[in-house]
Amino acid sequence: MNKAFPAISVTGLTVVRGGRTAVDDISFRIPTGSLTGLLGPSGCGKSTLMRSIVGVQVIAGGTVQVLGMPAGSAPLRSKVAYVTQAPSVYPDLTVTENLRYFAAVLGAPSSDIARVLDEVGLGDRGDAVTGQLSGGQKARVSLATALLGQPEVLVLDEPTVGLDPVLRRDLWALFNGLAASGRTLLVSSHVMDEAQRCERLLLMREGRLLADETPGDLLARTGEADVETAFLSLIEKEQVPA
Amino acid sequence: MSARATFATMRRVLSQLRHDPRTLAMLLVVPCLLIGLLAWVFDGTDTFDRIGAPLLGVFPFVVMFLVTSVATLRERTSGTLERLLTMPIGKLDFLLGYALAFGALAVAQAALASGLALSVLGLDVAGPSWLLLVVALLDGLLGMALGLLVSAFAQTEFQAVQFLPAIVLPQFLLCGLLVPRDAMADVLHAISDVLPLSYAVDAMRHVTTTDALDAAVAGDIAVVTSAIVLALGLGAATLRRQSS
Repeated sequence: MNKAFPAISVTGLTVVRGGRTAVDDISFRIPTGSLTGLLGPSGCGKSTLMRSIVGVQVIAGGTVQVLGMPAGSAPLRSKVAYVTQAPSVYPDLTVTENLRYFAAVLGAPSSDIARVLDEVGLGDRGDAVTGQLSGGQKARVSLATALLGQPEVLVLDEPTVGLDPVLRRDLWALFNGLAASGRTLLVSSHVMDEAQRCERLLLMREGRLLADETPGDLLARTGEADVETAFLSLIEKEQVPA
Repeated sequence: MSARATFATMRRVLSQLRHDPRTLAMLLVVPCLLIGLLAWVFDGTDTFDRIGAPLLGVFPFVVMFLVTSVATLRERTSGTLERLLTMPIGKLDFLLGYALAFGALAVAQAALASGLALSVLGLDVAGPSWLLLVVALLDGLLGMALGLLVSAFAQTEFQAVQFLPAIVLPQFLLCGLLVPRDAMADVLHAISDVLPLSYAVDAMRHVTTTDALDAAVAGDIAVVTSAIVLALGLGAATLRRQSS
């Protein structure tokens, strides 16, 4: 796999939703085999940006290329995995039935089901009816679906929200492991301290990109000790007229 | 097109039904109760023989319309449809998966209700009973295809349920079951000519009066089948891989 070749390349992306500009002229590249955190407050356009990368969002301008193809192209459908913020699984099926269905659609082997259940820490809940699980467990079923098969790009919208710290640490370790094996991950969060777990950061606010760099570079550039204060200082700097 | 995705979807829809035994029981038992009630109400008259068989086609139409419009609306609002459409599954695979699952249900429902009507309730049908089942299956698929189409125009389950009186009842009033279509005012007759349920009920009536697959039944079946294909095609167009 060519590490220098960007897995995701966004140029001048603008998205208008409900009459308001949700994503405003954003450009960036994400190298293959990296773990990139997309951080910003709720409503800043993270989900819209992710939807554009997966190709389910109608865009107003710009281009989005994934693995060298326009976002949403048919060949990408088995290569890009996407987890929405709200768990999108069938509440009336058991966990295993959900995974069996999505594995069949993806053409993934059924041996994948036990693997992904272990990866999200639900190895013992396969027979539970999904709708009866807790919110965090449902979110993990939804995440498990994205781990089926061999996706080259994973776009995960707030997969660790509301989970207990041990589980969050384990999932970030899993994400890092996936990146180390050559997959490209874009993971969003509105919890700033999760930034430390990423190789690279995209900071977003009100539809625009405030930063696109490594956590270390961000802290060095702003002279702050943590990402939360670095984020604040970037916002303040932006508001000072040049 | 992928047979794998189609059959996976069929199995998934059937599993969902299996997890909901109350719905399944109502789908299978209620038509039997209604046809029994109908026979009892019209006991001693020839009305049951006249409308019994057409109603065997109306039940799957109504039930499949309702079940599909709610099920598809759920897929649209819960995000599962959007997730599926980011995966290697064709819109047609998705639709055919539903058609196979609900078609099997329509056959089971029609087999139970018509078995009861023919054997216990003494319904007189001149044509072969397999033809009765074929027409009932087509009626169920017609309801399914229309339900799928209207689910695109509903934002909530409340709205989806309201499409039953809005789309199904007018067709029921005009299908010729209450008043023969020839006896209707010209305007109403003309409207009933373009409503698919009219042909579904016509086909059932022909099955009860003639003992073979004749041209009239074949013509009705062709019209109903075309309506199914048309509604499924329009329904497929409402499944968007991209939204704003």
